[in-house]
Amino acid sequence: MTPASSMNAALERQPPRLMLADPILTMTGIEKSFGDVRALRGVDVTVYPGEVLGIVGESGSGKSTLLRMMNLEDMPDRGEYHLALPGQEDLNLFTLDRFSRRMLRARHIGIVYQNPHLGLRMNNTSSGNVAERLLMAGERSFAVLRARAKESLDASEFPISRMDARPSELSGGMQQRVQLAKAIALEPALLLLDEPTTGLDVSVQALVLDTLKRLQRERRITMVIVSHDLGVIRTMADRVMVMRNGDVVEQGLADQIFQDPQHEYTQQLVHAKL
Amino acid sequence: MNMHTPLMSASPLVLSVEGLAKHFEMHHLNRTLFAFENVGFELREGEFILLKGENGAGKSTLLRTLYRSYLPRAGHAFYHTREGIIDLALAADVDIALLRRREIGFVTQFLQARPRVAAEELVAEPLRLAGTSYAQAIEEARRWLAAFGVKPELWAAYPSTFSGGEQQKVNLARALILPQRLLFLDEPTASLDRNARHALVSRLAELKAAGVAMIGVFHHPDDVADLIDREISLEVKTIADGENNVAE
Repeated sequence: MTPASSMNAALERQPPRLMLADPILTMTGIEKSFGDVRALRGVDVTVYPGEVLGIVGESGSGKSTLLRMMNLEDMPDRGEYHLALPGQEDLNLFTLDRFSRRMLRARHIGIVYQNPHLGLRMNNTSSGNVAERLLMAGERSFAVLRARAKESLDASEFPISRMDARPSELSGGMQQRVQLAKAIALEPALLLLDEPTTGLDVSVQALVLDTLKRLQRERRITMVIVSHDLGVIRTMADRVMVMRNGDVVEQGLADQIFQDPQHEYTQQLVHAKL
Repeated sequence: MNMHTPLMSASPLVLSVEGLAKHFEMHHLNRTLFAFENVGFELREGEFILLKGENGAGKSTLLRTLYRSYLPRAGHAFYHTREGIIDLALAADVDIALLRRREIGFVTQFLQARPRVAAEELVAEPLRLAGTSYAQAIEEARRWLAAFGVKPELWAAYPSTFSGGEQQKVNLARALILPQRLLFLDEPTASLDRNARHALVSRLAELKAAGVAMIGVFHHPDDVADLIDREISLEVKTIADGENNVAE
């Protein structure tokens, strides 16, 4: 059997579904080019409530571009994006204007970037960074803002004694915790993680992943995590999507992707790591 | 072979496997490894099937294929849920993930210890995900850790630092804490001490009496001799290219 035909066998495995809840996120036919480079070539993504979808692939595979589109920061050339938010199931979010996208993002989507400068104001306090997210959702009482920021920082295992320190005064691991606290402050429908532990020391990386795992376990937050690090994906993900050159080459349950990868590229990736 | 046919045929069907096949495409070797072909059997509520066969016959591979850690190449595995019948060979990944959370368990000797999660929390997790309160889940977890012989001073420690034997006990307690409908057992007694083995076998007997269907591979089947209803033998496959490429 050729790689192509074995791939078809894996893809045909998806439907029919028997009994599950509807997806929380559905993206279809996402295409994006930057000049002559086709970054995404008609990608479909489905994410179900409470699960962690891991997206792996080397640099340039399109995984981060896709995540930015999930965060409505970036728009595709073609494709649709639906989130199962009350009353908005039928709305293609890519048709929203810039302001509506921003409001929707603030209210329903949390993100942790690899680079904390993208997610935080370095000269605001840590609690202030979290409160900013709450302010955008309309909260105005100082006492409530502070209490909720504290609760969110605490859930992210950030030391409360340092909640008024500026991110610029904190270590990389602590900055990621502030980003996380900001991202979960409004209990988002979707938490996006873009290489959240890349660049951290291994021991700090384990602590941050552990916090994410605990949050997922306790709050059943739906997460999409992008990483080139297979160890991170293996620790975190329920399902895995493997990307290469703007295409999805394979997707499956995490244990299946790591124990019985079907596609030649996935086999190379997994065997190179193990 | 112990056959309890009258009782078993009266019990509702849990799993019906037809023509199941598995082989592995190794692209970098440009080679196919055959595991098993045309496997078929039925498993009913409360039934315990022992999988037999030499090393390389594909026993563990069959269990992992049914659990969908491996993708089947052909055939069907119709699982009878309370909501209807679902083919484990073709079902969507999300459905398999849901079934694993609620109804289908895989018990192996290997623990995938997560950093910085206490043993008792790891064991309690399936109950918590099923909606049991934290306090109740932890209490139940401690009961099972004690039954498997894990010392109380280790309950709040991280299993990633435990010896292999202790890790295995934690793993078994976790795998068996939540009563499921279908259990795959992949040599769960291997390298267990006598007390832990006894705890495991009595838990399996309890689950069997409660109607859990089980199919397993055991290095020492004598451990579970009283539980076995039927045996299925797998044979080592020889392959087209004449080389003995088999998967265990």
